[in-house]
Amino acid sequence: MSPSDTAAPVLELRDVSKSFGPVVALRSGSLRVDAGSIHALIGENGAGKSTLVKVVAGVHRRDAGTFELGGEPVDFTSTAESKQAGVAVIYQEPTLFPDLSVTENIFMGRQHRARGRRIDRPAMYAEAERLFSRLGVRIDPRRPAEGLSIADQQIIEIAKAISLDARLLVMDEPTAALSGVEVERLFAVARSLRDEGRALVFISHRFDEVFALCDTVTVMRDGSYVDTRRIDGTTPSELVSLMVGRDVDELFPKVAAEIGEPVLQVRGLSRAGVFHDIDLEVRAGEIVGLAGLVGAGRSEVARAVFGVDAYDSGTVTMSGKPVKARDPRSAIRAGMAFIPEDRRKQGLVIDSSVSRNVAGVIRRSIAKAGLLTGAMETKAAGPWAGRLEVKTSALDMNAATMSGGNQQKVVIAKWLATNPSLLIIDEPTRGIDVGTKAEVHRLLSELAGQGLAILMISSELPEVLGMADRVLVLCEGRITAELDRAEATPEAVMHAATHHLEEAR
Amino acid sequence: MTTPRRSSSPLRSPEPREDPGQMSHTDVERPGSGPQAAPDVSTGEALLVEPSRLSPTRRALTSVLRSRELSIFLVLVAVVVLATTKNSSFLFSADGWRNFLLNPSILLLLAVGQGVVIITRNVDLSVGSVMALTAYLTGRLFIEQPNLPIVAVVAACLLLGAVLGLVNGVLVAYGKVPALVITLGTMYIFRGIMLTWAGSDRINAGDMPREFLSLGTQTVLGIPLLTIVAVLVLAAVGYYLHTARGGRELYAIGSDPDAAVLYGLPVRRRLLAAFVLSGALAGLAGALYTARYGTVSSSVGNGIELQAVAAAVIGGIAIFGGSGTVWGAAIGAFLLITINRALPSLGIEDFWQRAVVGVLILGAIVLDRVLARRQARKLAESRDHA
Repeated sequence: MSPSDTAAPVLELRDVSKSFGPVVALRSGSLRVDAGSIHALIGENGAGKSTLVKVVAGVHRRDAGTFELGGEPVDFTSTAESKQAGVAVIYQEPTLFPDLSVTENIFMGRQHRARGRRIDRPAMYAEAERLFSRLGVRIDPRRPAEGLSIADQQIIEIAKAISLDARLLVMDEPTAALSGVEVERLFAVARSLRDEGRALVFISHRFDEVFALCDTVTVMRDGSYVDTRRIDGTTPSELVSLMVGRDVDELFPKVAAEIGEPVLQVRGLSRAGVFHDIDLEVRAGEIVGLAGLVGAGRSEVARAVFGVDAYDSGTVTMSGKPVKARDPRSAIRAGMAFIPEDRRKQGLVIDSSVSRNVAGVIRRSIAKAGLLTGAMETKAAGPWAGRLEVKTSALDMNAATMSGGNQQKVVIAKWLATNPSLLIIDEPTRGIDVGTKAEVHRLLSELAGQGLAILMISSELPEVLGMADRVLVLCEGRITAELDRAEATPEAVMHAATHHLEEAR
Repeated sequence: MTTPRRSSSPLRSPEPREDPGQMSHTDVERPGSGPQAAPDVSTGEALLVEPSRLSPTRRALTSVLRSRELSIFLVLVAVVVLATTKNSSFLFSADGWRNFLLNPSILLLLAVGQGVVIITRNVDLSVGSVMALTAYLTGRLFIEQPNLPIVAVVAACLLLGAVLGLVNGVLVAYGKVPALVITLGTMYIFRGIMLTWAGSDRINAGDMPREFLSLGTQTVLGIPLLTIVAVLVLAAVGYYLHTARGGRELYAIGSDPDAAVLYGLPVRRRLLAAFVLSGALAGLAGALYTARYGTVSSSVGNGIELQAVAAAVIGGIAIFGGSGTVWGAAIGAFLLITINRALPSLGIEDFWQRAVVGVLILGAIVLDRVLARRQARKLAESRDHA
């Protein structure tokens, strides 16, 4: 390295932008990370942190802006190039090869080699064990990655990144699934890496971790850079106001609704290894938020209630009548509607027209003599699309070309056409432009006002707190708290969501 | 305020000690099942998945005992023993012994290539047509250039096969179209080229030099030359897959293609290589076919691509990639051919001969599914019990 390199920051991003079709994921991202420091990157979900990380990792190519590594301008077109340049990334979702051993997962592509270019398994096993002991965990280096819990997988990801010996280590929410002890170990390793002069970027939603570990913090909001502060010169409340930057009430226009009779009642729902003793109740006109960390089992509960997945014990009743297990059709007949997390794959027939999508679930009732024409579909779909203000030039427009917000409206329209009494909606605004989010929120709030019972799963705390009349918090497959709208503060929800983790600490 | 409603169980749980295991894994050993003392975990050390307490040799032994390769090999042995007790000349005659080793050799070459492609979560349906093209090329070359050395002819076949494989590979790696569709298309195209080229011609034994034809039946120390060639290829590919970075990356790509991209693995290059290998081996198989049978008609290799897929699947290569070995695929090829030869001598009707192959394939897949599900269930339950 030349002397000038020591002065230049390890990573410098200025005004980086990235769009995916009509969705702007990153408007203007900036980040400057010095050697020998740990830099926190915070912001709400959808603020563009993960997109920024993927630009640094070479997964996405930026549309515009400056990207420098150690003072040199770089332009990665693949993850191999970023690795080569000394960038290690731990992604939010573990990316492991389930069929291969834990050790192979760590060293894939850069295995130790003995004579004759043979890979040296004993050396790799030994190295893996060294890594695990440095992280303070015990994992059989020979076992397959398949069947590991999310936390274990995250540990493998961390071991992988550390073994890369990178000058820049980016960790995208590495602690989301870890217990207290594991988090402490990770922090110790992170600090020792910093003291070796490496640069680290740490993304987390937990302020206590940010303040315990990091030296500086950059805040992002709505895909843009907001500010960078030194940790010892700021406070959590200041960071919150930087992150939110607007009134929560304004973004989530919750209309008070009259709460009626219970619609959905779930008693003692259990599925081995996934969730246990889930009791919940949703009343007419009520929005119940289901909060929790990634992997807490929220979507799994919803899928079981709707009958997509099986459950071992417990009952689901709709307005007093039991609903058959493992039978989504009987759930629909009972008045349930389910909007899954991944609307492109599970919620929409993505290559079909808007009207066909909307008319899809009610095709039986609008068909004449078992036949269905395009005209019938359009006639049935028209009023619904109009009511939800689906912005599309024509009802025969292909759903794939629409923006996320409009796609979500089409999915909602599809289910409203079945005239449900309960709407289960998983991550209602994931991947939706910030501007359009408020429209989806207004829509949900209105529907509740008209007497629909809504069970909403969301990872975005402000969304849950802003929309829900009642918040249930799930942790490791169990309900750990039930909070009224008045009681539901970010601290209370996070505390319950990490309840087990706190205990282990 | 938070109102915790339920007390919680400890967070972390050890993985199960007992483990039925999927048998087709190559480089992984499921946690051991031997008697184990409760691990003494020092305080501050989080227990995740405890390391196996078995000695390395015992672990190696259990992984061999549980391997799909061994079980399919035992089935093969059972078939041979059964057929031989019925009719001792099935194995213990000069012809019987030679056929036992010689007949599967060509399918074995194809199964090895197919296995490598399937490990990457792809499939190559064009191998039968490639083999037909190179089989015809062999005869054509000998007719037009009678003085051409045999080595040059075989090299030409390898080269043609590799080029055709490259076509498949480029279309799959860059076209982003499933290999099933691509190679189904090239299967018909290559076959069409062969039919157009050959017309009503037919290559006969008389068109070829005697030394070449004798290669097809020649033996070394009682082992047919073709079998030796096939086994050498198998050994080289098997060794590469197990011990080279490139080989391991093929498994990684098949195990999770998206993760392979995130890892920065050279996915396209590896896919190209897998298809080129499959094509080249099919090319070699074509040359060997001509040497073995002496005649080449337009129907050479019809349907053999499906036999190659069947051999790979029966031999424990997961159809969705990521696991299995070419050793298993080779034993699968032996089993398929040997069953076809054994069943008539056991007096079993033609219909049942085909049905048996079908049952083997379905059995292999169902077994994989059942074991995988049981495994997932056990893992989930053990997490609760902790």
